[in-house]
Amino acid sequence: MYEQLVQQLVNGLLIGFLYSLIAIGLTMIWGVMNIVNFAHGEFLMLGMFLSFWFYTLFGVDPLFSIPICAALLFLLGWVIYKSLVSKVMKGPVLAQLVVTFGVSIFIAYTAVFLWTPDFRMIQKPLLIGTWHLGMVELSIPKAAASAGSVLVSFAAFLFLRKTKTGKAILATEMNRNSALLMGIDTERVNALSFGIGSALVGIAGAFLSMYYYIYPQVGGTFGLISFCIVALGGFGSIEGAFVAGVLIGVVQTLGGYFFDPAYKYAIVFALYLVTVWIRPQGLLGW
Amino acid sequence: MEKPTFRQIALYASVFAALLAFPLFVKGTFPMHVMIMTFMFAMLGVAWNILGGYAAMFSFGQAAFFGIGAYTSTILLMNYNVNPWAGLLAGGMLAALTGAAIGIPCSNLRGHYFAIASIAFAEIVRIHFNNWKFVAAAEGLSLPFLPSSLRNFMFQSSKTPYYYIMLAFLVLSLLLCRYLSTNRMGYYLRAIKESHEIAKGMGISFVRYRLYAIMISAFLTAMAGTFYAQYILYIDPDSVLILPISIQIVLVAMLGGAGTIMGPVIGAAILLPLSEYTRVWLGYKGTGVDMMIYGALIMVISAYQPQGVWGFLTSIGRRAK
Repeated sequence: MYEQLVQQLVNGLLIGFLYSLIAIGLTMIWGVMNIVNFAHGEFLMLGMFLSFWFYTLFGVDPLFSIPICAALLFLLGWVIYKSLVSKVMKGPVLAQLVVTFGVSIFIAYTAVFLWTPDFRMIQKPLLIGTWHLGMVELSIPKAAASAGSVLVSFAAFLFLRKTKTGKAILATEMNRNSALLMGIDTERVNALSFGIGSALVGIAGAFLSMYYYIYPQVGGTFGLISFCIVALGGFGSIEGAFVAGVLIGVVQTLGGYFFDPAYKYAIVFALYLVTVWIRPQGLLGW
Repeated sequence: MEKPTFRQIALYASVFAALLAFPLFVKGTFPMHVMIMTFMFAMLGVAWNILGGYAAMFSFGQAAFFGIGAYTSTILLMNYNVNPWAGLLAGGMLAALTGAAIGIPCSNLRGHYFAIASIAFAEIVRIHFNNWKFVAAAEGLSLPFLPSSLRNFMFQSSKTPYYYIMLAFLVLSLLLCRYLSTNRMGYYLRAIKESHEIAKGMGISFVRYRLYAIMISAFLTAMAGTFYAQYILYIDPDSVLILPISIQIVLVAMLGGAGTIMGPVIGAAILLPLSEYTRVWLGYKGTGVDMMIYGALIMVISAYQPQGVWGFLTSIGRRAK
């Protein structure tokens, strides 16, 4: 009983760190533009498929295709911002909500069209097997993906705090008009944050492809969970998204263990509803 | 609200007469099915509009109410032999109560937060029904065959009665919506939409009117759910409780023009035939082409025509005057 509990806790933390990275990508977009990217889960799916095809066609291990996935997803985010999202920025809120729904349906079914709805897996990744650490079994690809997620999350955090571009993004997030008056090109900041947010989720997708099934509809659930994480953490807050991601990972795993695995996502959604009821601005929001 | 002009009345009357006569001239079952689905989504769009269009509560979880309506009447009919019309009322009331129960904790949420909360709520309902033995979980329920009659809300040989019932439901919802928008409540809801703070300052009970809007919307949505169950005669969580239904409802309202009475009808008249026919022509192999077109259409319309078709038409009408 005690051993299993520790094991579940570890599993929850492992998936939680990955959730955090996914959610940090989303919260950047949400914080800067006040737009929810409902296609976020589909971007994750594209990251997974890119990693899969680099492995299958060119024999490149997911670990090494990460920079390419990041670059391609950055480009996709930039293009989608410029061609669609920038058009609705001043439009009605409803149009802002719906436009990325269109993107998500389009990308998901383009994937079905190109690659069929089949489930795929990367057969022999470089990292494989399990470590036995005392009473806990640690899957090596999962551990590597989580460690990588923490590193990338921390890098994103440093980028925002230490570089000039990062500070410009944070300034725009705090107050768009003041940022504009300070000479920040907010239009460029928007496109940049959309690109970086997409690149981060692309990296998460590459990590996830090391051990998870790859199929066109994989983004749905991950997308929904990342919205909950962002809202739970407080919108636009990187630290909040990180904490909430880990929290949701643990709650989901423990909830599934103690209650019923079929309800693990329902528990996450319920946690979200209870949190916004008590604290509408989220855990670390202001 | 201004009184309708003679021209408008004549226009509505002739469209209504044409719709009444439609089944006399068109015999194919598929065109009838498309019309019925169009009416149904028009009604669902009207119900959504009471929430989203007037009160700016963008619900992406209407499928929960739709499913509650479908499941309540079906379970009552199968397990307790309750007449579907009574089941329709019961489903509507249960959905309204559920709406109130979820509306209270969500009453302070706005914009994106409300939208995501509504998705979270609908997903909880879906996951629960998918695992709930009492409603046959993911297997779904097949409705028992009853003799065809209006009283039994079931017609085996023809779609025509379903066509007229759904048309009647739609007209009723439109009349209710028109009544609400000319009534005090419509003004209150629009005031809340414009500014929460000012509406509060004017002494409008913000929570109470938002709750009323949710309950009315949930009731109408559940009515359509019961209709769907009686029409298709088979329901499972994947056919009545999933997110794509909620999204389709939002799109119908948005495409036509959110916050207008006739907007959702126009939206449904464009979107439903389009999605049903592309599904039949292009979707039969499961290649996803139909859904690609659908997704692309949503992107383009929301980015380049965000006020909806009805807004576009009325702006032309105003210019003509």
